Amino acid sequence: MPFVMPKDTYAGKVNTLTFGSEDKAVTIGGENGLPFLSFESIIPNRPLIALEIQDVAPSDWPDTVRTVYDGVSDSPAKWARFCQDSLGAKIVALRLTGTHPDRENRSAEDAVKTVTEVLSAIDVPLMILGSGHTEKDAQVLKAAAEAAKGRECILGKAQEENYKTIVTAAIANNHKLIAMSQLDVNLAKQLNILITQMGFNKDNIIMDPMSSALGYGIEYTYSVMERIRQAALVQNDPMMQTPLLCDIGPNVWKTKESAAPESELPEWGSLEERGIVWESVTASTMIMAGCNLLVMRHPKAIEAVNKLVSELI
Amino acid sequence: MIIIGERISVIAKKVREAMAARDPKPLQDLARTQFEKGANYIDVSIGPAEDDGPQLMDWAVKVIQEVVPAPLCLDTTNRAAMVAGLKAHNNQWGRALINSASGEEERLNNMMPLAGEFNAEIIALTLTEKGIPALAEERCEVAANIMGKAMECGVPMEDIWLDPLILPVPFQQDKCKESIRAIRLFRELNDPPMKTTVGLSNIANGAPKELRGIITRTFLVLLMYEGLYSAIADPNDKEFMDTMKTVDVLMEKRLYAHSYLEM
Repeated sequence: MPFVMPKDTYAGKVNTLTFGSEDKAVTIGGENGLPFLSFESIIPNRPLIALEIQDVAPSDWPDTVRTVYDGVSDSPAKWARFCQDSLGAKIVALRLTGTHPDRENRSAEDAVKTVTEVLSAIDVPLMILGSGHTEKDAQVLKAAAEAAKGRECILGKAQEENYKTIVTAAIANNHKLIAMSQLDVNLAKQLNILITQMGFNKDNIIMDPMSSALGYGIEYTYSVMERIRQAALVQNDPMMQTPLLCDIGPNVWKTKESAAPESELPEWGSLEERGIVWESVTASTMIMAGCNLLVMRHPKAIEAVNKLVSELI
Repeated sequence: MIIIGERISVIAKKVREAMAARDPKPLQDLARTQFEKGANYIDVSIGPAEDDGPQLMDWAVKVIQEVVPAPLCLDTTNRAAMVAGLKAHNNQWGRALINSASGEEERLNNMMPLAGEFNAEIIALTLTEKGIPALAEERCEVAANIMGKAMECGVPMEDIWLDPLILPVPFQQDKCKESIRAIRLFRELNDPPMKTTVGLSNIANGAPKELRGIITRTFLVLLMYEGLYSAIADPNDKEFMDTMKTVDVLMEKRLYAHSYLEM
């Protein structure tokens, strides 16, 4: 008797989301099945990776990833152009770390200046990320959204505490939006409902389940993403059908494995390799759980993940 | 749960007049509001339409699908009208649903082959020339006969929606629990379980107006607990829709969020 591959069909489909301008615009999402199950579903767009840059020099990054950007990371515009021209980035993610009140406490006007400079340095799509301070992000992202009008950026992250201001700014300036909740499927759905009730098109939302790094709670992120995808595809829940974002850099490069020097832990092997592997494996795990867009730091890790995606897709 | 919006029915005076005058607006308005309130299919009931069935169904299908991106449930006993509806139906948002075949020989022979020919889904009522069987087990026998015919016509089991027929509680109180049992037994007739549907509002026919809502909603909960797949109902009835959504949440078929009722 010939073997017949059992196939599932899914009721729902992940939204397709295009961002950036003109011929450099990119598209994510659109799959109608679970990650990489191409024998029973259609995966029109591969997961993409954005390279992270910051508005201030990355003094808190471990040497192994900081030195990659030596000579360019003192200027966000130079850094962005380096990512686009030398590293071939398809997307750049600018994190406005320096606006955090506990960091340089840069103003919204400073952020506008940085965004404007970066946008004139590159033509690939830009993601604009706040510092993660919900109150300050509302001011900073509002101003940044206006400065980036016309470039269809991804703006984030909107959270329960600050989404109203950021959503309004995204609507007014025609940007896409990251909706982030903290490892909770029900709150993730609720936030998406609240955002759409403000008149924001659900097709322009990308959901951040809150990423963690390998060995530091990644299984929670994985489970939440699995549940989101089940709701989207099996239960056809329109509020859960947004593409998924995993912003892994800050967590990966804070782990002991990516930062502890060889002199302290010789048995762990090459520090440089460790960091790259940590970021690659974290990223690979996230794409297995259905991630559509990653934000990463090390170009060698990105290369490894892109290779894996090409083999899987 | 899947909702088939029941409001476009020739029984309603407004609809009947609009159909006679070929005035698309009342039909389009009803289709649009039902779709916005959460109907997955829009029922288009034209009755027997003996004079101009095919023309009427063709027109109705086209004007409704002009305004709602949804599949339609084509509701007529007129075979020629059904054929016209299936031809006119735009499958972009899902396949058409034939409403309906039954265990009556002529109706089964008329309708079931169309499901195969047009790759449509089909509602099948478990009644025969002798009427609606009293016991759930007897309705299963009718269902088995319908499923046999479907196999002959090349209609897959997952395209058949079995309807146990709901009788009004004011007149047939003893039949209510038989319908509930029938939903459970129908599902057991196949793996994956057979799909099921009911014309829900019938349960409260003949009851005073103020009782209809509570009877219908409570009956819905009992049927959903047994795994009811779909219902022909009025999605404009907010309390009904809220009950349906809440059962879906409690049965873990819909993800909870504080605003789940608003979705």
